[in-house]
This record gives sequence, structure tokens and C-alpha cells, in this order.
Amino acid sequence: MNIINLENISRVYQVGSEEVHALDGVSLKIDRNEYVAIMGPSGSGKSTLMNIVGCLDTPTSGSYVLKGTDVSDMSDNELAEVRNREIGFVFQTFNLLPRATSFHNVELPLIYAGVPAAERRQKAEQALASVGLKERMLHKPNELSGGQRQRVAVARALVVGPSIILADEPTGNLDSKTGEDIMSLFNEIYKLGNTIILVTHEEYIANHAKRVIRLLDGKVESDKLVGSRTIPNRGN
Amino acid sequence: MRHHLFEWKEGLLISLNAIRANKARSILTMLGIVIGICSVALMATAINGIDKAFVDGISALGANNLYIDKYAWFSDEDFFLMRNRKNVTMEQFERFEKLVQLPLAVAPTILTMHKVLHGDNYVEGTLMTGTTDGYVRTTNFNFARGRFFSPLESSGARNVAVLGSEVAVHLFEKQDPLAQEVKVDGIPFRVVGVLEKQGSNMLGNFNPDNQVYIPIGTVFKYFRRDRDTVTIVVRARSTELTEATKEEAIGMMRRVRGLLYDEKDDFSVNTQEGLTTEYDKVVGVIKLVGLFITGLSLLVGAIGIMNIMFVSVKERTKEIGIRKAIGAKKRTIMGQFLTEAALICLLGGLVGLLLAVALSMLINKFLPTSVQVNTIVLAISISLLTGIVSGLAPAWTAAKMDPVEALRYE
Repeated sequence: MNIINLENISRVYQVGSEEVHALDGVSLKIDRNEYVAIMGPSGSGKSTLMNIVGCLDTPTSGSYVLKGTDVSDMSDNELAEVRNREIGFVFQTFNLLPRATSFHNVELPLIYAGVPAAERRQKAEQALASVGLKERMLHKPNELSGGQRQRVAVARALVVGPSIILADEPTGNLDSKTGEDIMSLFNEIYKLGNTIILVTHEEYIANHAKRVIRLLDGKVESDKLVGSRTIPNRGN
Repeated sequence: MRHHLFEWKEGLLISLNAIRANKARSILTMLGIVIGICSVALMATAINGIDKAFVDGISALGANNLYIDKYAWFSDEDFFLMRNRKNVTMEQFERFEKLVQLPLAVAPTILTMHKVLHGDNYVEGTLMTGTTDGYVRTTNFNFARGRFFSPLESSGARNVAVLGSEVAVHLFEKQDPLAQEVKVDGIPFRVVGVLEKQGSNMLGNFNPDNQVYIPIGTVFKYFRRDRDTVTIVVRARSTELTEATKEEAIGMMRRVRGLLYDEKDDFSVNTQEGLTTEYDKVVGVIKLVGLFITGLSLLVGAIGIMNIMFVSVKERTKEIGIRKAIGAKKRTIMGQFLTEAALICLLGGLVGLLLAVALSMLINKFLPTSVQVNTIVLAISISLLTGIVSGLAPAWTAAKMDPVEALRYE
């Protein structure tokens, strides 16, 4: 079953008097437990696509069905709920709350989901343990290394058990060794049955994925399983 | 419901953190509210105090009292018409006293102002009430020393005087005034009594503390002409009987004055209600103006809060983006910033209130003030409300931020 079904998605920005077509009729289907990399040069529309897939933004036209629900016309509050339940973000700049401990950062999505304190504690600890940071629970981000911060962010993304992990250049701010560590963490998460969408412009990062979608000028340029032919009947 | 509680608790923690993280800024912002709440609370305290002093003063004069006078004290009637009325004379009073049945006590009074002297000490322009022995029963006077003058002293127009507490202190300092001599415009009077302090500054010269009481006969003997008008004080037995007593007094007074049934009253019956109405008219305006002006300082404080909340929202754009990305709703973000503004104001309000209470204790030494529970509740509610109102616009700005834009903000 498709977890993500994008149908002819366009996103138009008004820049002064000019219309910019960041996405121009993109159609895309992603199944449960896929590991997809979205690639493309800057300005290709991959950030816009990520924002729409992540329900941070809505398309100008086209439909987006996430887990059988059309989210293309949802209100801000409904989208917030969908993000909370279905999507785990991992950002290039980690985006942790600087004044909160690792534990609190990981707990936060559960607070917004209305989970009671005892259950929150147990789930957050479990998520931190799964990224190997249980003993750093009470440290604040500035007391952690870059790799550790990104692990906290991954734990935060995992904690509600979302349908999709959406990672935007997750290794962009890390050295290559730490970057590899994070990528192997994603591999483990993938093997546990999660769906991962990776946005990157680095070939060697994209190589971790099982499927690579390349964008150019707001359109899907190619959509291939890694080391195989173009997937028929997907997208275009 | 529990859901909201979690969010709110989270908002409270964030607010405390934010205030702690920006101590200097929070304290400076709070200062505006501290000053605002402090001045509003002080103003309210002062108003309460003045009101209380007025009520105390009135009741010291004697509640349930009616004052029959040639003039209406508080009315829009033409003064020149009233001036043409016949004087109320002592002879009229004596006939009136015999006719009325209902009052607890009646007494004639006439006011006169003189320099009162004892040795080297004197009080210039002391208000003197000339009256009869019955007067004391129209008041709630307590005596520090001695007594009021007796029926014999009154009817015999003896040179005896009862001093208000302030007058006694001025003239005699630490000495016992009893049986001593004071001179009123050079005429000797023997002190037979000194009043206890009545404790009301609101009535000015009319405060019994600043007065001297002498038999009305002596006033006519030395200071006034026999035909001068007097004011008859009538005390009803109870508040319920006041109206009936007034009716009777009017009826009897008409008889004494020889009015025909179709003639209008040529005298006025004044009550303390008139005094109260007049007081409310004057003080009411002062109250409003005072609260308005002190309210302005609160407004300035509120603008300070609003300003700093806008800064706070701007600074935390990225944080707002993160929170939205992981599922915070508009309501959640809004609540977070409203809580922060309300908390700053509440803390400021509490400090301001404490300051106001301390200050009012200090001021109480010079002016009457009165801290009341409703003032405290009001001050706290106002500070909370100020926080919420001034936090509204910044919080809404935060709540409606586009998550994509907010996340991109550096």
C-alpha cells in the first residue's frame, strides 16, 4: 500500500511580480518501508517537495494523499496534528531546543500528542536508548557533540512512531566519519521497518538509499532503484 | 482536557525558562508593571482610606442626625431666596423642643470663630460651637477628661468650655487642662471636659478634635446678637425612625414658624445624606481622575510588555518553527507566549502590590489609607489581565507563523 501518493503536485511562489514554479506537476508514490533519496541541484525543488511531503507546506495544485488521507487542503492545525503523528523530521542543523535537555527535546512531540507523563518518560528513554544516548539524557544540546545532537534529533523523530522519517541533509553539518555513523543509524532504523525519505545532494549519502529520485527544475528527472533500471509505473 | 493541561504546563516551563534566560530584560520589563500596579493599588488604597475616614468622621458627628437650618446645605435652591427667610431663633428652638416627641435628643447650635489662648499657647480661628447640654446626646463623644457642661451651666450661660483633643494638646501640651482657664478673645472660660480623639481629618475644622464647645448663652452674651440664626440638631432614636422623626420635625417647625398650610417651608432639614452626596460628587471626580492617571502608568507598563514580547517572538522564530514542525498547534504556541506575558505581569504585579502595601503603611502616618482585600484581588486580576491583553498581539504573530519560513530563520 502506498504511504505517500503525490498526484500532479505544483507549488508556485510569487516573487515580486514573477511567478516561480518550484514544483511543476510532480507525481510520486512511496510505499511503506522504502528508503528513498531525493536528489537534485539547488533550485531543483527538493526542499519544496520535502516541505510538502512533510506537511509543512501545502501544494498550489495537485493532491497529496498520506496514509489514505488527503492532506492537500488541510488547515494549519490539522497539518500540525498530521506532522505530530505521522512525520519525524531530522534537519541538517539538528534544530533542537537549545535550553532543553535531550530528554525534554525527545519528549516534546509526545507532549503535543497528549501522552501522559509516565508513558512519555518511558517512550522518550526508549528512543534515546535506541540511538545510544540514554546516559546523555539530561545534557543540553551545547553539551553534546554534533553527532550526538543529530542522534537526539533522530530519537525525537522516532519517538511517536511516525509513518515517515524525513531527513533533510542530515549529515550536512557533520564530518564524514560522524556522517557515516548517522547513515548507519538510518540503515538500522530502515531495517526495523520504517519508511525513510532522505533529501541530499551528496551521491555517497544517496547511495545508502534503495531508491533515488532526481529532480530538476521542479520536475522528476529520474526515479531509479539503486543499481537497477528505472521503476516502471512509479511517478511520471 | 488533560491534553491541554500538558501543553499548558509545558508553556509554563518554557515561560519560566525564557524569563530566567533573559533576567535583566525580564526584570526591566517587570519594573513597568511593578510601578503601574503599585500606583494603581496605592491610589485605590488612598481612596479607600479617604472614604473610610469620611464615614468615620460622619459617624463621630452622630448618625441619624437631622439639622434644621435657615439654609439648605446642599441644594440648588437660590441662596438669595433662602437668605430672605426668617432666622431660626433660640425662642423658636425652645418651643420646638417642647413640641417634638420622637427625637432622642435635640440641641441648638451656633458657630463662631475665635482665638483661644492659654498662657503663651494659642490657636487662631478655632471653630466654637455654642450649644446646650443636650448636644452631647446627639453625638458619639467620649471624654478623655471631665464631662460635657451640665444643664445648669448651660442655662446659666456659665463661662465653661469643652475642648477637642487637638485644641487641648495645642494649648496645654502635656498638662492636664481640667479646671484650667482658657481665654476666648480675652474672656476667661473654665475647662470642664476634654474629648477623646475622634480621628477624622476629613472634616477639617468641623472635626470635633479641632473644636471648642461652650454654652450657647455665652455665645449670645459675648459674640453674637440675640436674633442670630441657630441650627437645631435633632437625633432620631434609630435609622428606621429617622424618616418619621423628620416628618414630625417639619410639622412642628412649621407650627413654631406659624406657617399656613399652603405656604412653603421657610427652613430646611439637612441630613448627612446630603453631605455624603456632596462628598461623592467632589471626591468621585477626584477618584476617577486619580485612577485614570495611575492607569496611564499601567498602560505604559503594558506597552513595555507588548514590546518585549514582540522581541521575544522574533528572537525565538526558529524555536517556533521547530515546535510547529514536531506538531505544536496555533493554540499551543499562542498559549506559550500568553503564559509568558501573563507570568511577567503577575510577578510584576505581586511585587508592585507588596510595594504598595509597604508604602501605604508609611503614608498612613500622614494620610488615611486602607488596604482592602478587594484591592489586592483587583490588583492581581488587573496585572494578569494586562499580561494577557498585551501578550495577545505578539502571541498571535507567533501562532500564525509559517513553519517553513520560521525554520529557515537564523
